[in-house]
Amino acid sequence: MPRHSRLKDHNAEQRMFGRRVVAASTVIFLLVGVLFARMFWLQVVRHDYFSELSQGNRIRIDPIPPPRGLILDRHGEPLALNRPAYQLELTREQTPDLNDTLARLVELHLVAPDEVERTRRTIMARRPFDAVPIRLQLSEEELARFAVHRPDFPGVEIRPRLTRFYPHVGVGVHAIGYVGAISEKDQERIDEAKYAGTTLIGKLGVERNFEDLLHGDTGYQQLLVNAQGRRVDRVGVSAPALERQEPIAGDDLLLSIDANLQRVVEAALGAQRAAVVAIDPANGDVLAFVSTPTFDPNGFARGLTVPEYRALEDNIDRPLYDRALRGVYPPGSTIKPLVALAALEYGVTVPENTRFCKGVWQFPGSSHRYRDWKRGGHGTVDMKRAISQSCDTYFYGVSDQIGIDRLHDFLVQFGLGSPTGIDVLGERDGLVPSRAWKKKAFKTRALQVWFPGETVIAGIGQGYMLATPLQLAHAAATIATRGKRFAPRLVRAVRSSTTGQVREIPPRELPEVKVKDPTSWDVIIGGMVGVMSPGGTAYRSQAGAPYQIAGKTGTAQVFTVGQNEKYDESEVNERLRDHALFIAFAPADAPKLAVAILVENGRSGSGTAAPIARKVFDAYLLPPAQAAAATSATETAPPPTGGEE
Amino acid sequence: MRTDIAGPGYSSRAQRTLTLTGRLLDALHLDGPLLLSVMAVCAAGLIVLFSAAGEDVHIALGQAARVGLGLGVIAFVAQVPPRVMRIGAPFLYGIGVLLLVAVALVGDVAMGAQRWLDLGFVRFQPSELMKIAVPLCCAWYLHERPLPPDFTTLVTVVMIVLVPTLLIAEQPDLGTALLVVAGGGLVILLAGLQLRYILSLVVLVGAAVPIVWMFLLHGYQKQRVLTFLNPQTDPLGAGYHTIQSQIAIGSGGMFGKGYMNGSQAQLEFLPERSTDFIFAVIGEEWGLVGCFVLMMLYLLVIGRGLYIATQAQDTFSRLIAGSLTLTFSVYVFVNSGMVAGLLPVVGVPLPLVSYGGTSLVTLMAGFGILMSVHSRRKLVST
Repeated sequence: MPRHSRLKDHNAEQRMFGRRVVAASTVIFLLVGVLFARMFWLQVVRHDYFSELSQGNRIRIDPIPPPRGLILDRHGEPLALNRPAYQLELTREQTPDLNDTLARLVELHLVAPDEVERTRRTIMARRPFDAVPIRLQLSEEELARFAVHRPDFPGVEIRPRLTRFYPHVGVGVHAIGYVGAISEKDQERIDEAKYAGTTLIGKLGVERNFEDLLHGDTGYQQLLVNAQGRRVDRVGVSAPALERQEPIAGDDLLLSIDANLQRVVEAALGAQRAAVVAIDPANGDVLAFVSTPTFDPNGFARGLTVPEYRALEDNIDRPLYDRALRGVYPPGSTIKPLVALAALEYGVTVPENTRFCKGVWQFPGSSHRYRDWKRGGHGTVDMKRAISQSCDTYFYGVSDQIGIDRLHDFLVQFGLGSPTGIDVLGERDGLVPSRAWKKKAFKTRALQVWFPGETVIAGIGQGYMLATPLQLAHAAATIATRGKRFAPRLVRAVRSSTTGQVREIPPRELPEVKVKDPTSWDVIIGGMVGVMSPGGTAYRSQAGAPYQIAGKTGTAQVFTVGQNEKYDESEVNERLRDHALFIAFAPADAPKLAVAILVENGRSGSGTAAPIARKVFDAYLLPPAQAAAATSATETAPPPTGGEE
Repeated sequence: MRTDIAGPGYSSRAQRTLTLTGRLLDALHLDGPLLLSVMAVCAAGLIVLFSAAGEDVHIALGQAARVGLGLGVIAFVAQVPPRVMRIGAPFLYGIGVLLLVAVALVGDVAMGAQRWLDLGFVRFQPSELMKIAVPLCCAWYLHERPLPPDFTTLVTVVMIVLVPTLLIAEQPDLGTALLVVAGGGLVILLAGLQLRYILSLVVLVGAAVPIVWMFLLHGYQKQRVLTFLNPQTDPLGAGYHTIQSQIAIGSGGMFGKGYMNGSQAQLEFLPERSTDFIFAVIGEEWGLVGCFVLMMLYLLVIGRGLYIATQAQDTFSRLIAGSLTLTFSVYVFVNSGMVAGLLPVVGVPLPLVSYGGTSLVTLMAGFGILMSVHSRRKLVST
């Protein structure tokens, strides 16, 4: 044992071991003390705080979207309804790898390859815990396909939802509008909380403008969720009470549109690119609001694929383009009654004054010839005759005497050159030119000069002058009421979803057009009746009608004819042919309906547009049986020869 | 009359039963109080586990089977006299180190760490063996040397601890490394390590912290420590465990939310709720009272273990019994401290309660050693 300096002392070792064990026990008791101090802190002192956190952990507030308000026509016929559909929703927070998930959905043909990027952006724009719809309506077959693979897609769920349904497909689509998936852009104009559970938002027309009323109030439901966010029914052995607040459905809208009239008009227009607006002059109710071709708004509610949307966008006939609201066209001769009224108002002429029309009109001392649509001219015409035969030279002279600024000031009173104030967005201004306007519109001094020749062509509704079919219908209605104006409206009343009460929206009166001599109205209305009488441009369209129409035909040039050329329609490409226009109201003595009709490249107002107006009036003014008979009668009449105007 | 006859009759029968049981336990070299308190902890553990595992009967039954196996291990190890253990200790240690080297070279990678050795028929974790082999070897080395140990002895025994610890820490398995250091270190402490060494060790550790931080810790280990210091910095990442377990415990309150009613555990907000974080389930469902009861059961086990150590009659038995008991308490405090947010998250299970078989078997082997020590004390004295 030399290496061990000390010997083992078993007793001393045992005593020391005993002391160490006592020390260790002390440490253990201290640690127990520390642990319980901590547990006391967590479980007693901070208990309320942690209880709240644990409550927040397991309760998720799930929004319940409200059923969207219905849209009905003036007689209560439904135009936009809700119906159940299955949609595919993705919750970012619960999806482990968004890109991978989307890629696998593409493999299952549930998301189109070229939709991936847009879908991803839409998802990223929403809050991470929102369930974002990525497909709005799944077919039965798609439903089954996803169901098989559901376990592979955490965070992706199928949910039954109400979706928008337009039973009449394209009927009135430009007035009603449509709903579509909430886009990134829509996000900016909505309250996220209010739209927490909402999938579809109004994109156009009434659906868009009355979004706030149609949407309703989102309800909510507390859900018990586990850590993966999956809904569960109970915590271990007990099911806690969960709150639920029912959503409040959106209000129903009662339109001024008459679905039946709308259908008649759309049928009458057929495949033509056209617009028709029919207004009740007494209150501004829009009874028909048509832009053709129409399209199926149900596609938007379902979610169009990129090729589907592109097909609509690229269609040469531009079905998405609302010609009635946004199409601006030269009003052509339909402006003449108003120019005549301006001439009387400014004392430029009296109705009985006649002028001789030799087919051309020239400024004194100028060689430039302003031609009449009728070669050889109309001979001697007074104001009524000038209107009924649509004599251009008469109005060249008259408007030269009025002057462009006075003409402008007079025409804008009828709502031309500015929006009519209809209750949907997107209306275009149109244009009533003036010197001031030209100064603003052109940059160089040379171009800013107003030429007298520009005044005379404005007098026949050509040149710079532009108007929408809606503005023309409004102007026609204003003539019908002899100056009383109402803002056109598509929504007549709102029916509350909670009380069922119908709240009428009072007609909105606009500043009245006042003329010094009220008999001036009789003159121009007389002229418009003359249009529908023997010798008038649209006489044929009055034939056999038991009521009197007051109308005015018009033709708007698309293609500029050179000084010494003659417009020969057979040579002109179909898309460059003149637009056909017609404004009218009936019955002439007690007007119930005012219409404006535009047929793009329809060539002749009398031949193409006026017969459509007749069908509109028949459908609206006559009892159904008689209307059908009258319509078939006009159809069997010999086709108009055209060439007028 | 009746009571006269019946009373002593019953009491003697009860006494006989007790005596018989005692004799049986003695014959099997088992210690009744320790066995009973261990079984009490295991029973409590099974009850909690059934709820923590989402009322999964298979998991509960599987764990019950492991507890049964563990009791078998106790019975088996208890039959080995301490003398045999002492002689075998250096060999067991040597085999253990060789296996650790083998793991480092050819081991299986599971969950990002190389811990397993596939022996063809069974996957085996050599680091688990070291939890017993290191204290055994330290006790063997120290038992015939005069205590407190002199410096040379100390250096040797520290090497015995450090070699396997570093191999395990390299796998990396911080929790097991910690327990191996604890096992060996506690032997040294109990052997009477002088206060001056203890103090200088504290200073040394203090100085080593920045070095360890900069050169030895893996990124995820650093992250755990940082997250422990401020869990809110990463609520959905590394801090998630700590935050959710504190919510579970805190929301349990004084009496808990009720058995199988803890929303944190039942709705799976609490991660690793049936393994490392099962203590939070107890806190949530049974409250402060439940934690207290469990801790008392643990103290019974620890108390009995320390009593056995003080009663042991040779240095080896004393050291190994004391070390194994205190290592068991290190388990308890590291796990509960981690779950309660007092310590960083290290992979140490709640002993005898957490789901899993490997650590259970090791712990049970330790209790077997304690029982072997206790049942042979008279043999040494005579």
